[in-house]
Amino acid sequence: MSTIIDPATLTNPVEEVLRKDRIPTIWCPGCGLGTTVNSFAYALMGLGINLRKTAIVSGIGCSGRVSGYMQVDSFHTTHGRAIPFATGLKLANPELNVIVYSGDGDLTSIGGNHLIHAARRNMDIMVVCVNNMIYAMTGGQAAATTPGAATSTTTPYGSFEPELNIPQLVDASGACFVARWTAFHVKQLERSMTEALKKKGFRFIEVLSPCPTLYGRRNGYADGLAQMKEYKEMTKVKNGAPTYEVAIVPHQPIIVGKFVDRERPDYLTLMRSQLGANYHEMAATGTGGGDDSEGKEGCCSC
Amino acid sequence: MARGSVVVTTERCKGCGFCVEFCPTHVLALSSAFNKKGYHPPHMIDADKCSGCNLCGMYCPDFAIFGFKQPDAKTAEPKGEAKEA
Amino acid sequence: MHAEKESVLTGTHFINGDIACCEGLLAAGAKFAAGYPITPSTEVVERFAQRAPTLGGMFIQMEDELAASITLQGMVWAGAKSFTVTSGPGYSLMMEHIGYAAMTETPCVFVDVQRGGPSTGLPTLPAQGDMMQARFGSHGDYSTISLVPNSPQECFDLSVKAMNLAEQFRVPVMFMMDECVGHMTEKVVIPPAEEIDVYPRRKTTKPPGEYLAYETGEDLVPDMAHAGEGYGLYVTGLTHDKKGYPLMNPPQQRELMTRLFAKISRAADELTIVEADGVEGADVVVVSYGITSRVAMRGIQMARQKGLKVGSLRLICVWPFPEKLIRELAPKVKALIMPELNMGQVVIELERCAGGKTKVISVPHPGGTVHDPKEILNAIERGAQ
Repeated sequence: MSTIIDPATLTNPVEEVLRKDRIPTIWCPGCGLGTTVNSFAYALMGLGINLRKTAIVSGIGCSGRVSGYMQVDSFHTTHGRAIPFATGLKLANPELNVIVYSGDGDLTSIGGNHLIHAARRNMDIMVVCVNNMIYAMTGGQAAATTPGAATSTTTPYGSFEPELNIPQLVDASGACFVARWTAFHVKQLERSMTEALKKKGFRFIEVLSPCPTLYGRRNGYADGLAQMKEYKEMTKVKNGAPTYEVAIVPHQPIIVGKFVDRERPDYLTLMRSQLGANYHEMAATGTGGGDDSEGKEGCCSC
Repeated sequence: MARGSVVVTTERCKGCGFCVEFCPTHVLALSSAFNKKGYHPPHMIDADKCSGCNLCGMYCPDFAIFGFKQPDAKTAEPKGEAKEA
Repeated sequence: MHAEKESVLTGTHFINGDIACCEGLLAAGAKFAAGYPITPSTEVVERFAQRAPTLGGMFIQMEDELAASITLQGMVWAGAKSFTVTSGPGYSLMMEHIGYAAMTETPCVFVDVQRGGPSTGLPTLPAQGDMMQARFGSHGDYSTISLVPNSPQECFDLSVKAMNLAEQFRVPVMFMMDECVGHMTEKVVIPPAEEIDVYPRRKTTKPPGEYLAYETGEDLVPDMAHAGEGYGLYVTGLTHDKKGYPLMNPPQQRELMTRLFAKISRAADELTIVEADGVEGADVVVVSYGITSRVAMRGIQMARQKGLKVGSLRLICVWPFPEKLIRELAPKVKALIMPELNMGQVVIELERCAGGKTKVISVPHPGGTVHDPKEILNAIERGAQ
């Protein structure tokens, strides 16, 4: 005898990792952020990641609101500074699985310096950079990723600037995993996120995502779906492509794929091997005061 | 019967149309009904074609829809919690 | 709770204020810090970089002060006691994150070893020009605590206190040193660990589900939880509710702001930390802080030798300003003299609290060196007329 599932008994699987009391989201109809969150949720659940030990850090912007919807320890920090905050979390508690989820402007404009150095250090954090090519939350100002001919509120005649090639920047800085997908590529994105979650070191995934209200509306897209359809038509998957070749150029195909996947010792590994006998692991719960089992060894003399 | 089906949480839907567009078997369309916010949530117009692949669920930015597979008539153990009607 | 034995360099040392500050923070339980080099503060973190790994902690030099000032907060939320160290230009860069710490109630210490300003100013010379910035530097309304040492010994003792106050009140505490005190080498006695009181992180005892991140008891300070403990924390710089979720409307703003101010103001008496000498019955009182207080003492000695009845009121905790004490003192004296190594900052507050009940004479100084005691003597004599 076959049993038919009564849909009323089912809940959306992604709700396991979401703060249900915060839904519906603040994002616009047709915004791709929620779509990227699905890929992320399935990647987390598929790997059975310990959510208790997972922390998500975001900056300011629409993408920065992702942290507020994930049922993990969420830190909504300042504009551009999610990565250094995440660095602090990871260094003081290496057991934490630390993910930064933020936007293109936040991570590559105001936060660009921190992006470079965290990649250089190969800090063991995963960064998801949702690139909607605009500063959406604040009303649609140009970002380093806005196409030069596009209109934004602060660049009514266009920005005249070429877009930042984010994968190239991150690759050149030393990241051990660099990929780019779009919100259309839900499965590939999930797969990349899964691979990245399993890796150690600085992992970076750029995801192009529609912004119908602040970017699309002013630049010829009827809605978010129109941008999603364009991602479907205008992208070319080129895994392993050299990152200097993946700049986004108007009217040219957008190259997506996994570009960089290499092994490099992460910051903490390098630190421990170089410090050698000088370093004593902190007891798992010690936070100042109380007893410490390790003795002090050869401090500098005054 | 269809291999799968969908569950729509109508009040979450913002009518973006991703699920309709990217369903591989064109099962969905936006309904003419309104939810409280005035959006048209999707409904199945070709339910027999639903495979339960959950691509709609993966695309939905508002967690308003997901697909699930109906258990094969031959297998003993259904997926998820089955409720005897 | 007392300090960890391994962290404390018990003994008598001959060290400068920067080194003593580092030792104080270590004694208070700091094991993790982030920073960026800037004269004349760098020695604090150079020392920490050497000491921390031997205690299982670490120092990371970040790419700029913007990063350092928030990396330390990530360390705090991961469970560590943390701090950073800077001087004027770096302090300005850190302001946004000082506000973030105040808003999210992240306990931490910001050490500012003040130097001549504004801008690049005099990197290797003392000033006290960041005092108002310590109170009002970040945008918006927030309340902090500022301690001001006047010797390397105090750089040790008060940095312990600074970290303790940070944990007790869950605020960023501003530790306002200056180049003189920082680079001055003097005897510093570090007591045994058992004699150093350390305020532990106020961890919640409530389980996940019951704990509300910003719910408070009588002292208006919430208990804390850390990342990785299953609490599903939500920490944001947006105006938020008791759960920590953004709630951006006027009533919530009023509720949150009121509490953030009240948690400090209700402790005004506890935070009135001064050193008084000869204030009772004095005609003139010199109010000072930091290195200037030592020069002021010389000016006071000279005045007393001339037969003047002069008292010294040294402010150790400058913010919150000891308003009640000044309001009570002002009517009893002919004048309050305030020498500062700046163009007149805390004197504004002194004047306000004196309420017109006495003469307030500012003895400003643009910085670069300390006052000539005669300047202070002159001001005392003017005040005594």
